[in-house]
This record gives sequence, structure tokens and C-alpha cells, in this order.
Amino acid sequence: MSNSFLRKLIFDEKIRSLVVQTLIIGIFALIIYLITQQTAYNLEKRGIGTGFGFLNMSAGYDISIRLIPYTSESTHFRAYLVGLINTLMISICGCFLATILGFLVGIIRLSSNWLFRNIAYVYVEFTRNVPVLLQIILYYTILLYLPKIKQALVLFDTFYITNRGIYSPSPIFKDGFSIVAWSFVIAIIFTIFLKKYFKKKQDQTGKQYPIFYVNSALIIFTPIIFYYIMGMPLDFDHPILKGFNFKGGMVVRPEFMGMLLGLSIYTAAFISETVRSGIMAVSKGQREASQALGLKNNLVLRLIVIPQALRVIIPPLTSQYLNLTKNSSLGIAIGYADLVHGFGGISLNQTGKAIEIMSMVMITYLTISLTISLFMNIYNKAVQFKGNA
Amino acid sequence: MSSSISFTHNKYYSWCRNNLFSSWINGIITILSIYFIYEVSSFFLNWTIFEADFVNNFRGEKITDRTFCSKNIEPGQHGACWAIIIVRFHQFIYGFYPVEEAWRVNLVYGLLPFALVGIFFDNLPFRKYFIYFTFLFPFIGYFLLYGGAGLDVVGTSKWGGLLVTLFLGVTGILLAFPLSIILALGRRSKMPVIKTICIIFIEFIRGVPLITLLFTANVMLPLFLPEGVRPDNLLRALVAVTLFQSAYMAEAIRGGLQAIPKGQLEAAQSLGLTYWQSTRKIILPQALKISIPPIVNTCIGLFKDTSLVLIIGLFDLLGVGRAAVADIDWAKLHYEVYVFISLVFFIFCFGMSRYSLYLEKKLKTDNS
Repeated sequence: MSNSFLRKLIFDEKIRSLVVQTLIIGIFALIIYLITQQTAYNLEKRGIGTGFGFLNMSAGYDISIRLIPYTSESTHFRAYLVGLINTLMISICGCFLATILGFLVGIIRLSSNWLFRNIAYVYVEFTRNVPVLLQIILYYTILLYLPKIKQALVLFDTFYITNRGIYSPSPIFKDGFSIVAWSFVIAIIFTIFLKKYFKKKQDQTGKQYPIFYVNSALIIFTPIIFYYIMGMPLDFDHPILKGFNFKGGMVVRPEFMGMLLGLSIYTAAFISETVRSGIMAVSKGQREASQALGLKNNLVLRLIVIPQALRVIIPPLTSQYLNLTKNSSLGIAIGYADLVHGFGGISLNQTGKAIEIMSMVMITYLTISLTISLFMNIYNKAVQFKGNA
Repeated sequence: MSSSISFTHNKYYSWCRNNLFSSWINGIITILSIYFIYEVSSFFLNWTIFEADFVNNFRGEKITDRTFCSKNIEPGQHGACWAIIIVRFHQFIYGFYPVEEAWRVNLVYGLLPFALVGIFFDNLPFRKYFIYFTFLFPFIGYFLLYGGAGLDVVGTSKWGGLLVTLFLGVTGILLAFPLSIILALGRRSKMPVIKTICIIFIEFIRGVPLITLLFTANVMLPLFLPEGVRPDNLLRALVAVTLFQSAYMAEAIRGGLQAIPKGQLEAAQSLGLTYWQSTRKIILPQALKISIPPIVNTCIGLFKDTSLVLIIGLFDLLGVGRAAVADIDWAKLHYEVYVFISLVFFIFCFGMSRYSLYLEKKLKTDNS
């Protein structure tokens, strides 16, 4: 009896897998139970309570880079929001810049000019084989060696380049500017419909229309016309040197610039490689066939090569965006007030709520990562090859 | 006439013509490129070599602190002051390891290639013994570095510089390797519990930045463990690095596993092999072979990421560098230090990426 049971336990695949899985669940439950017990004991002994009540307490530290109002009396939750917005801001700006730079370098890498493409190659090898943290620190150091505020470099009488940041005029929107902004949005929506209409007409008649020029003109001139109609509802607040600092205007801090440069220059090297391999993956016959049809070189690139290359490029591009977002957590090394630096660093040190804060930070990053991959997956589906049914 | 014909048939001439001056636009680009290369390289070479100080400054004095640097004596006239690297070389390579014990670190550095060569080259004679040595190496290395049993104990707080960078990189990779195989197999397991656990683990680790894992290990590991058990900072970082690397490596191995045709497993099963037998003898050898290039790429990533441990207060290569530029005697020599560290990282990472390319090429010819 017991012999046959043992036999089944070892040789019957279903029962065996059931036993193994139950065992694993048991072991995991035991480990989690032991850890929580131990943690509760340790926390009690150190006099650290648990719970998220601290989020409503005053944070007591200042954050210099912020997009929403924040003072040192604001709550820890407010600090969390400031950090989150800073993380998102640097990630979005970084992805944008890295994509442009990456595509540029990727295309240069395919240039027929030997010297030109090898300059790009040297750039790629030197940036992607050096840690991004080191690059961020290096660029930040360079920015700190810019002239002091008193000897600021002045560009066009409006931009002041100093080691405390780049000061520029900030826009002041007066009444009626919203109409200008809306006219811009409506112009864009209108051009999308116009493009569809022209495309349909082209499919029917075979005649080509100057869609690109018409649409560009629409997008550029509509807001300008409305701007003058509404009586120029835009003013600029110029930064003025008062005492030891500038008053008014906007400032881009060197911490932000350093992060932006480090992240985008580093990530662009990887993006350029995916762009290069993506374009090379488009078979030569495609290019030759479209040239044989009489398409011009820029049309070959725009209509034939890039749409097909995008299919190959999007998945690795997604993971580069994810990497950039995760690397934005390195702001702590140069004092960029992102999620990890402010909330995950200073708030944690002040309250000692390691478990709550670290789990909040991690869940936030997980959410950001999942959102990026979700959107990129949707986009990926849109550009993938659609087989005819 | 005939001489000009023979000139146009010159190999170099036609190469230049095709690759540099194929059209007038290309010609302009070439000239601009040459100008750009000239400007950058002349600046860089002058700064790093021709106008730089190494041991003595331009007056012939030995450089003992920053005031002796030529560029600080005559501002704007001289290049880098490499004396900071030379004076602090011991720190960059060994950290705060006692000078008289440095031979132990050297021995470990010397043994390291023997530990790695077995993994890297599969046509090596006596490869089996090299592989055995690879798995013994972490223990031998730890014994040599940490000491005990006759050797003086050197605590991990004294380790630093390249030693910490290599320790975290190499040990992290070696420890993560078996773990990642288990994770990759688990993710493809038919048992839902195992599969779910593996997927959650891998996706969680890949979804958060390494720095949060390092923080967690640094702050929370002591909370999780009983009072007596107090892993030191380096060990905590190693735990985080290993878990991090295992998730990325598992995905690389999963790619390899997916590329193995199903017929291989079916054939193995029809021969009567069990799951473990067929995995060990049939599937894994093939899957691991094709996933080595992506594995090496994750290793390059990890090696660079070890620099993050400076944020939790460890003195890796970059951490030692930051300490060096913070030293009042040598202040404001940032560029020298950062360029030197970049070069060290570049040599390791570029070497690994070349190796990965070599493998990819080799695998391509193997299959065709």
C-alpha cells in the first residue's frame, strides 16, 4: 500500500508536480512568516512604528528643483509627488533627446563616408562602455566649471549661462493666450484630417498633392495669425541680476542638465545601435525595388525603409526607454531631486520608515516601467506587419 | 598620360575615391570630419600626454600635492596632472588594503584569468579542470582576500577601488549564473506555482532600478535577519547585485531556451530521458551556447552598474575617485581622475563586447 503510494509520488507526473508545488508554497509561506516575525521584532526593538501616517507629517527639507509648489513645511507625500514629477520630467526629456541623438548617430553609422561613420563609431564605443553614473558625474562637473554668476556668459542678451544654471526669460501668459494655444491644437487636428482626405484623393486619382507643405504652413501660421489677432498676449519675464543671484525668469539647474546630458548621451549610443541594425535588417531588394519604381532617395527612406525598420527597432527601443527611466534614479549622486534622492533618501533618513518608503518607491518605478511597456506595445502593434486576411 | 592612368588604378586612390569623395557632399563631409578629428585629437592628446605632468612638473620638481601641478603654477598653459593617479595608485587598485598584504590581491588578480578562460573558450585543452577551478575560485579568492587560517584578516571595509569593482562584478556574475538557470527553467516550467514565482521575481527585479535594490539590501536586510547576523556592507551590496544580475541573465538564457526546437526535447524524452536528464544533457548545453552573447552583454551592463555602490557608501573604483577629488591636497583634479576611471572601465567593457562579437561570428559559422 505505502509502497504503491511512494511509487506514485515519484513516478506519476501529476501527483509529483502537485507535491512539489505544495512543498514550495509551504517553504515560501514559512520564509515570509519568519521574515515578518523577525522584522516586526526588530522594528519594535528599535522603536519604529509601521504605517503610512508619516506621509501627512511635515517633511522639513527643501527641494530646489520643483514644478509644483513645495516648501519645507510641506508633507512627505508632497515631497513624494515633487520627486515623482522630477523623475518623470527627466525621463521624458531624456527619452526625447536620446531618441533624436540616437537616430542621428545610427544613420551616420550607415553613411557611405568612411571617416564620418567612424567618428560615430568611436562615439558609440566610448559612451556605452563607460558607466552612466560616471558620465553623469563628469558632465555635472563640467557644468560646475562654467563661469560664476557675476561673470555669466550672455547669449543674445537673453540667456545667462552660469555655474548655477542657465537662466532664461520665462513666458507670462495674458488673457487670450489660451485661444492661441487652442488654435494650435485645432490646426494639428485639422491637418490630420486633411492628410487623410488628400491620401484618399491620391488613391483615387493618382495625383499627388503637396500635403507636407500645406500642413506645415497650417501648423505654423495659424497660431501666429491668432497671436496677432488677440493682440500679442504673451510677455517675457527677464532674469535680472540682483545682489548675488538672478531674480525672475526661468532657470535650468546644472543638476538637471547633468542628468539630461548623461542619460541621453549614454542611451543614445544604445539607441543608435538598434537603429543601425533595424535599418540594416531591411533587405536590399526593398530599396532597389523602390528605386527601380522611380522613387527619390528621401521617399525611399520615408516610405519604404523606415516603416519596415521601425518594426525591428521598436522592441529594443522600448527597453532602452525603460533603462533610461531606471537610470534616472542616479540623480542622487549629483543632487538631482528625483524620487530616490528626496523621498527615498532624505525622507527615509528622517522617518526611518524603510519598508514603507522603499516599497512605495519600487511600486512607483514598477508602475512607470509597466506603463511605458504598455504604450510601446500598443505602438508596436500599430507598426507591425499586418498580414492580409 | 599613362602615369595618370596607373595613378587612378592605385588601390589607395580608388579606396579614397569610393569611401571619402564619392560625391561633392561627401567631400565636404570628409574635410569637415578631418578638421573635427584634428581639433579633438590635438586637444585631447595635448591635454593627456604632450602637455601633461606625470611625476615631475615642468620645473622638474616632484609633484607631491596639487600646488606642484604645472597647470596650477601657470594657469591655462599645461595639460593634465596625472600625479594624482600615480600617488594614489595603490588606492585605485586595492582600496585601503594594507600595503604589505597587497600580494594577496595581486595573486587573486593573477588567478582571475585562469578562472575565466574555461568559460570563455570552449576549445581549450583540459577545459574541464579549468571549469572546476572556476567554481573553486570564489572560495579561494575570498580566503585569500579576507584571510583567516594563517593569513591576517583584512575586513571588507578595507577593500576598495578596482578590487571592489571586480569582486562585485565577478562574484555577482558567478553567483548569479546558477540562479539564473533555475529562474529561466522555472519560467518555462509546467508547474503554475513555480512559473508564477519566477515570473514575478524576474519582472519585479527588471522593473525597478538597481539603486533601489541596493538601498533595500542596505537598509532592510538587517531588519529581516536575526540580531546576531549582521552582513557587512559589501555583502549586502553583493546580495543585491547577484539578484539583479540573475534576473537579467535569466531572460538571456530564456531566449536561448526558446530557440531550441521542440523536437530536441521530444527526441530526448522518447529515448526515455527524464526531465532533468534531458535538460542537463540535451537542452541546456545547446541553449547556453547560443545565449552566451546576450549573457556577456548583461555582464557588461552589470560591470558598469557596480559603480552604483558608491551611492550606498562603498569605495569602488568610482568611489575611490570621488574620495580622491574631495581630498584637499589634490582638489580640483576631477578630469584626470574621471578620465582615468573611464579608461579602466572602457578597457574591461570594450574587451567583453569584442569577445561577445567574436562569439556571435563564431556561432554564425558553426550553424551554416
